[in-house]
Amino acid sequence: MSGKLFVSGDEAVALAVRQAKPHVIAAYPITPQTIVVERLSDFVEDGSLESQYLYVESEHSAMCACLGASAIGARAFTATSSQGLLYMVEGLHYASGSRFPIVMMNANRSLAAPWSIYNDQRDSLSELECGWIQLYAENAQEAYDTILQAYRIAEDPAVMLPVMVNLDGFVLTHTYELIQMAEQEKVDAYIPYRNFCNKLDLEKPKATCITAGPPYNMEFRYQQHQATLRAAETIRAADREFNEHFGRSYGGLLETYRCEDADAVLVTLGSVAGTARCVVDAYREAGKKVGLLKIRCMRPFPAEETAAALKGAKAVGVLEKDVSFGFEGVVHTNVNSALKEWNVTVPTANYVGGLGGRSISKADIAGIFDGLLSGSLNASETAFVNLRRDICGA
Amino acid sequence: MALNAKTITNQELFYGHKACPGCGAALAIRLALKVLGERAIVVIPPNCMSTVGYIYPHMPVFVNSVIPPFAGTAAVMSGILAGAEAQGLKNYHVVGFAGDGGTADIGLQALSGMIDRNDRAIFICYDNEAYMNTGVQKSSLTPYGMKTTNTPAGKRIHGSQTSKKRMFEIVAAHGIPYAATASVGYPEDFLAKVEKAMNTDGTSYIHVMAPCPTGWGTESDVTVDIGKEAVDCGLWYLAEYEGGEFRLNRDPKEFSSAEAYLKAQSRFSALDENDFARVLQERDEAWARMRRDWKK
Repeated sequence: MSGKLFVSGDEAVALAVRQAKPHVIAAYPITPQTIVVERLSDFVEDGSLESQYLYVESEHSAMCACLGASAIGARAFTATSSQGLLYMVEGLHYASGSRFPIVMMNANRSLAAPWSIYNDQRDSLSELECGWIQLYAENAQEAYDTILQAYRIAEDPAVMLPVMVNLDGFVLTHTYELIQMAEQEKVDAYIPYRNFCNKLDLEKPKATCITAGPPYNMEFRYQQHQATLRAAETIRAADREFNEHFGRSYGGLLETYRCEDADAVLVTLGSVAGTARCVVDAYREAGKKVGLLKIRCMRPFPAEETAAALKGAKAVGVLEKDVSFGFEGVVHTNVNSALKEWNVTVPTANYVGGLGGRSISKADIAGIFDGLLSGSLNASETAFVNLRRDICGA
Repeated sequence: MALNAKTITNQELFYGHKACPGCGAALAIRLALKVLGERAIVVIPPNCMSTVGYIYPHMPVFVNSVIPPFAGTAAVMSGILAGAEAQGLKNYHVVGFAGDGGTADIGLQALSGMIDRNDRAIFICYDNEAYMNTGVQKSSLTPYGMKTTNTPAGKRIHGSQTSKKRMFEIVAAHGIPYAATASVGYPEDFLAKVEKAMNTDGTSYIHVMAPCPTGWGTESDVTVDIGKEAVDCGLWYLAEYEGGEFRLNRDPKEFSSAEAYLKAQSRFSALDENDFARVLQERDEAWARMRRDWKK
């Protein structure tokens, strides 16, 4: 199938997964990911996807089933969100530690308590340390394309790591957009299935997810760290090759938008980058020098590229949908660490917004740019965007 | 040909491990792998057996194997099976070996899911009646009166105050194609049941009593005897569930002394006359029910 389709973000993911032809799909329903598993089971039913589809009784088992499938060399897929992601956390570490190239879609959703089914990114950003490559999509087309890129990255023999593809819940998962489909032959050529070097083998038995005591454990971790760092080059290559096959690319680990001579740059990730793009265009038309840095990959973190992109700015704002309580947003911490590491001195300010589904409007982003351009930056305090001060004693 | 000491293969697929002398669980795995052969794919969650069997680079499990998350034994088994099926692999058996806690407590949900899907895999619960790997703590399969390190036996409380969960019947209630109980004290019965499980088209479950000298307070050379005695005194039983029917494989006319069985193990050293009476009453009620409802 090729041509254009008008689909939601969830449907775009399901369509890409069908074209990636995983051997095994194991998933458990959770809002707002559910449409993905519904469509995939439709595809299995109508025969357009020949995957083993496992109806599991929990997200923990969904991840465990993917571990087993990947251990024996099968291409595996799962999808989850929020509480479900947290329920499978133990398995996330098994997957990365045993170098299983599982691909998972995560619909970014807030975490209880208080309960909310709506979007923020506290779920995935709380799992930066689980050893998965983390990619964030801005729109349905990028979500579709990133699923295909994710298999290219995960199964690269130099990488062999699981990849989490994040879509903002509802804002992206349930918004309908026109997407350009890829031709199946080109997908097959872009992500051919190849044997995993670490797979269980009936002719040459192995053990996996083994125990490693103090004399060996650190060396496993070192190699895992090196592989994750190496993945950065694979992510760039996957994006370049994607462009060659399909004519679309996303900058690899990050995208700079009108940053070149910008006085103020907003750093963000996910769907809000689309809103920020509009504001940047409007400000540029008004002669104000602003730019956008969209982080596409949080792990491995593009430290050098981030520092290079922000080098010429006079002020940087980091807008993110999470907060590490008692400190600041974790993206802000990462950006600042990158700047320090590469000796870039530029004032930064942290803006936490969109928690629990609160909208982030163009006016909110314009307000951030105005603050950054005014030169009166308060870098010491994390600002909560669009906070209802009257009801929370702020 | 029936499997017994004469007919069973001399090939060892689990040896050189670091289990305690007389370990019933290690014996159960060793015997089961003799039946399942070298194309078995073994899943052993974090427990004594994975602890003694996979300390890199010392790998005494001589077949393909995985340590899954503790709660996920059955789900990892299902994933392996699905991955193998999708790739067209032939002639292999996916088998899990979980302890009583890894089966009846933390592993129960995933096991239930696998039986629901009727995935063609063999789940073997080796039951040594407590969390031995962490130093003997109570599970839901710990018997009444057992002294563990979190159900201490003192003057006021005589060890664990709950009785064993009826795990075999919980599994059967799913409508599983084949389930059985066994004991390392009756190895031929166990071997036959593993063989039956291996040939079952769907999920199968074997619950094998596997004495633990360290946790039970017995000598290392009486494991098989104690495992046999558990059955003979009626505190364990040999049964099968197949085609929707329960069957007692062994229905002793007379039980040997349960009191003697309990007194031979230091884990029951705090039991008094009232406790023995309770254990016997529960045993007799269970057997009256099994004899009434199950085929013989």
